[in-house]
Amino acid sequence: MTGHKTQFVLILVGFVAPFCFPASIKAENADKAHSLLSSLPPIELHGFYEIRSGYRTRKDKYQKDMSIMETRLQVELSSNLSWADLNVKGDVFGDLVTEQGDFDLREAHMFTMPFDFMDLKVGRQILTWGTGDLIFINDLFPKDWQSFFIGRDTEYLKAPSDAVKVSLFTDLVNFDIVYTPQFDPDRFISGKRLSYWNSNLGRLAGRDAITHTNKPNRWFRDDEFAVRLYKNINNYELALYGYRGYWKSPAGQNAARSQALFPDLNVYGASIRGNVAKGIGNLELGYYESADDTGGQKPLINNSELRYLIGYTQEIGKDFTAGLQYYVEQMLDYGQYKRSLTTGPARDEFRHLTTVRLTKLLMGQNLRCSLFTYYSPSDKDVHMRPNLHYKVRDNLAVEFGANIFFGDYRHTFFGQFQNDTNIYAALRYSF
Amino acid sequence: MKLMWIVTFILVLSMPLLAATEPNKPAEANAVPEEIPDVNTIVNKANFMAYYQGKDGKAKVKMLITDKKGRKQQREFIILRKDVKDGGDQKYYVYFLKPPDVRKMVFMVHKHTDLKKDDDRWLYMPALDNVKRIAAGDKRTSFVGSDFLYEDVSGRSLEEDTHELIDANDKLFVVRNVPKRPETVEFSYYDVSIDRKTFMPMKMEYYDKKNKLCRIIESRKVRKIQKFPTVVKSVVSDLKTGSKTVMEFSDVKYDMNLKDIFTERYLRRPPREARR
Repeated sequence: MTGHKTQFVLILVGFVAPFCFPASIKAENADKAHSLLSSLPPIELHGFYEIRSGYRTRKDKYQKDMSIMETRLQVELSSNLSWADLNVKGDVFGDLVTEQGDFDLREAHMFTMPFDFMDLKVGRQILTWGTGDLIFINDLFPKDWQSFFIGRDTEYLKAPSDAVKVSLFTDLVNFDIVYTPQFDPDRFISGKRLSYWNSNLGRLAGRDAITHTNKPNRWFRDDEFAVRLYKNINNYELALYGYRGYWKSPAGQNAARSQALFPDLNVYGASIRGNVAKGIGNLELGYYESADDTGGQKPLINNSELRYLIGYTQEIGKDFTAGLQYYVEQMLDYGQYKRSLTTGPARDEFRHLTTVRLTKLLMGQNLRCSLFTYYSPSDKDVHMRPNLHYKVRDNLAVEFGANIFFGDYRHTFFGQFQNDTNIYAALRYSF
Repeated sequence: MKLMWIVTFILVLSMPLLAATEPNKPAEANAVPEEIPDVNTIVNKANFMAYYQGKDGKAKVKMLITDKKGRKQQREFIILRKDVKDGGDQKYYVYFLKPPDVRKMVFMVHKHTDLKKDDDRWLYMPALDNVKRIAAGDKRTSFVGSDFLYEDVSGRSLEEDTHELIDANDKLFVVRNVPKRPETVEFSYYDVSIDRKTFMPMKMEYYDKKNKLCRIIESRKVRKIQKFPTVVKSVVSDLKTGSKTVMEFSDVKYDMNLKDIFTERYLRRPPREARR
């Protein structure tokens, strides 16, 4: 399915390209080739080559011992024309865990400013908004949880969207409107690379029970709308958000066909961020309206939820920063949920989650030591992400890290990954 | 005979030139006692020269960091500045070009001179399309891993120190600056040598808590750009770590009538001024 989308984007770029290089059409003979080359806008080429390998620290009968074993080449081409900027970024990688090579087109977009008050970005792009640190409420753009947990660079937590982004700027308020004509789901945990809690089987499962989904994929009908209104008042950043689309990771089941579903979802939210005391404070709220199950009667579809986040970051020493977050997911219509639940352990009405981020820079800021920890006192589970990143030279960096999971129960969000704990190392050459 | 005439002729012709280059000591000496402005005027003028020339400005900056083992690192970025108020608040926009792992990142500061108000700082990470707010930190930490500190780049508020004129020769004023809150900084005082004519700070010498010289910033090359004397090369030496950073400025422009590009809009998509 991603293959089709990549094709579409490439066709789109191919379609746009002749307009960007009008000179190429006129080139008739070899004599003109030289002047043609010099008339082309300069194209910048950058990227990196990376080797990354990781192992599981616990035996998992559903997965290989290797958690990641890949070589990756990322190439980015960009060009600034008088009327637009073009950017194409793609990764070619081979992985010994899946024993296959792949191409991941991460960006292929055109950016233009048709009016003073308007920005337009069309094509495949990475999109992010909201105030959370590795917690997302109103950012409903696709995430790649699999990359995040197997130890790829944090950059890969964000999966691309094939979308049109229109930004409007006025004195009163600014608008971002993102239209995704075909639903872009998360790259969720399917069992392929990471073992997870399978509620139907009532146990942990992995490659023996890969999640099959029924993804809404009709063009212009199974689409997504995301809107943000924002304003900066004395450097306090205020925002309102709206989303109409689908749960980004499976949030329901079709029992008859044993398929995971992406039920309809509408989200309404707000956030504020700014200076508080010696640091930065942020507050974000979201109402998740599970539109296929507004009353909570359907046991196989997620109920509606309220989500709350409060965070604070401060420098606590020289080149040493600490960030704290407290996050709550509140299931609505909890009584209905409990009554209609047929199998498996019930979820709590409130899921509490705290995060702590510690980052220290050493050796002339060439060594970055960081630790990000998720801890849920209600689920009684933990996910820790220690990471050491050292810049050997301007172009060369080495990295060591781990994804550590533990929990009291096997069905909680992080607890289900307890056999997926892994350590990894990487070497990256950038150009 | 003919040769002697020629030599005489050349000598006569070059007389005025020699006279001009030869330092005319008595004349200079007469000028000195006339005008020694009070120390506050000197530091205000020097601060203005270093950070507030023109109402906005742009420069391409190349940094070469050499540590004591001789390991070299490079940084390259475009810096845009706009004054909110002359001698007061300012906005800075830094667009990174090198090294490749930070390319296209943007660092933005809304600097506040009011000591009670922290600067506002943002970082844009293009790979994640993420606009991050950074906690205002200790301004005496390294700027992008170089020997320059945040405060060297965007200025240290004059209110932070007491100032005393300790020397005035025919070329320079030397001002000693003693922090009012010594516990907030790593030095006990610093001396700034200021050019008498232009009021450009030419050398800053920092002394550690034991009053030992520990850090030197020098303006190595000054050039006049659009009537503004501009430091186009400066060097900082950290005597404690043995590390050294050379910073060179090119493509310097003043009064370009920058719009307010110091907003989230332009973090996500750098303005033309930053990319060209």
